[in-house]
Amino acid sequence: MKRFAAAAAAAVGTGVLAACATPPTGTSEPATSTDTPVAAPTASGGAAPDTPTPSVGAEPTAPAWPTVSAETDELGDPLTADQAINSYNNFYEFTFSKEGVAQLAKDFQTHPWSIEVGGLVTNPRTLDLADLLAYSMQERIYRMRCVEAWSMVIPWIGFPLAKLLAEVEPTEEAQYVRFETLYDPEQMPNQRGGTFPFPYVEGLRLDEAMHDLTILAMGLYGKPLTPQTGAPIRLVVPWKYGFKSIKSIVKIDLVKEMPETTWSSVTPSEYGFYANVNPNVPHPRWSQATERRIGESGRRKTLLFNGYEDEVASLYEGMDLKVWF
Amino acid sequence: MVLGKRGSAGPMARWLHVAVHVGVPLSLLVLIAQVVLGRLSFDPIRDVELRTGRTALNLLVLSLACTPLALVTGWRAIRDLRRPLGLYAALYAGLHFLAFAAWDYGLQFDLIWLDLRGNRFLQVGLPALVILVALAVTSPRPAIRRMGRLWKWLHRLAYAAGLLAALHFYWAVKVDRRVPLLYGAIVVLLLLLRLPPVVETVRELRERVSA
Repeated sequence: MKRFAAAAAAAVGTGVLAACATPPTGTSEPATSTDTPVAAPTASGGAAPDTPTPSVGAEPTAPAWPTVSAETDELGDPLTADQAINSYNNFYEFTFSKEGVAQLAKDFQTHPWSIEVGGLVTNPRTLDLADLLAYSMQERIYRMRCVEAWSMVIPWIGFPLAKLLAEVEPTEEAQYVRFETLYDPEQMPNQRGGTFPFPYVEGLRLDEAMHDLTILAMGLYGKPLTPQTGAPIRLVVPWKYGFKSIKSIVKIDLVKEMPETTWSSVTPSEYGFYANVNPNVPHPRWSQATERRIGESGRRKTLLFNGYEDEVASLYEGMDLKVWF
Repeated sequence: MVLGKRGSAGPMARWLHVAVHVGVPLSLLVLIAQVVLGRLSFDPIRDVELRTGRTALNLLVLSLACTPLALVTGWRAIRDLRRPLGLYAALYAGLHFLAFAAWDYGLQFDLIWLDLRGNRFLQVGLPALVILVALAVTSPRPAIRRMGRLWKWLHRLAYAAGLLAALHFYWAVKVDRRVPLLYGAIVVLLLLLRLPPVVETVRELRERVSA
């Protein structure tokens, strides 16, 4: 936890720090990664600075999030270029081509938007964009490791999923969280194709969902998410393969049984429910031992739990990770 | 002998040769220019790996198609394209390997070894490459003469390379595997068209049609 905490402390520093490399602060800072707000997003349109957050239907303007506060992740690896993050996307709702997503998604409507949170909860809620933007935002610099063996370092802006879950109060029975992406074939052309089952569904065990590293992201590089990166709101679970970090979420349900997720139902032999980054468990058709960092040549070794082992390994104590892949 | 045959094959066959010897180097120049000018995606390594691999497979399939095409059409001169197409396929397969080993892995052979164990498409891609290089090395005419019947057997492995390459492609694709399946089906079809009973039947059919 220490390494990450230090990085988080570094990451949420002032915008001025962006100009230099890793901040000089040592280990003295006892900061935790939570509750270090990135400045509340301001609202749109109106002249008054204290206008309430955007109302449903109105387009929320770019919230005033500071630009990125560090140039590297906590391991010292540089951030992936903004343009690369926004041009190289897996978002099958639009197309199977990574370079094609940005163009096809450019007119995607992300407002009004709402997320329905329900299932086994005491206080089911429907949150619109204003409700979501009202959460205190934090910057989190995370590695993103795709199951295809490439990776990026991304400065997200978001809030812990745990905060939202605590508000809806999961009942005793709730064991898992099920997430669903928007289903809108008019806007998402590849949903008309029939070659892949939509809507896209992902899931987490409740303790994974409650973990502090798990966030709902609404921005990156200080700006709101673009459609190709999962606007307006997406999950980010940095110790799991990228496909777990479901985009453009419209529904979150607390459930009792392990939910059937899209990839694990398409090819159960190749994709499991957990999908933790693990160099020792190969995909049936390719190795996961190394990865190519976008923007670099020459590979690097993949780290167990994508380098977040200290933070999350305890979640899987006693589990055979070769069985629960 | 081979040259003489080509010489007497008419302008059409000569144009095909020109097309191959201009088209393939040109495709390589375009790729190099795209790399140098930064016109590929944000993962240029993958782009180059995909392009060189796909081109190698295309050229190999075209090379394998020469003899069956000559059989079906009766246009024998087309067989002379087999060798240049095969050599270019080997060249592209070599570039494909170079992009993988030198650019993608930065010649870190420990990492290549690490991935080789879990990587099924590498396990079938490497033997395909070895075959193509062996065929390229033994393609000069003196080698043909010296090796005699062994040469013929060795060069039948081109079909094995085609099947391995299609499998390599099939295993590497994440979702939509219709295209690699199509390549595999074409190689199988071309192989069928080389089996002696099939060759006999096709030849008889063609003679009956043209009679």
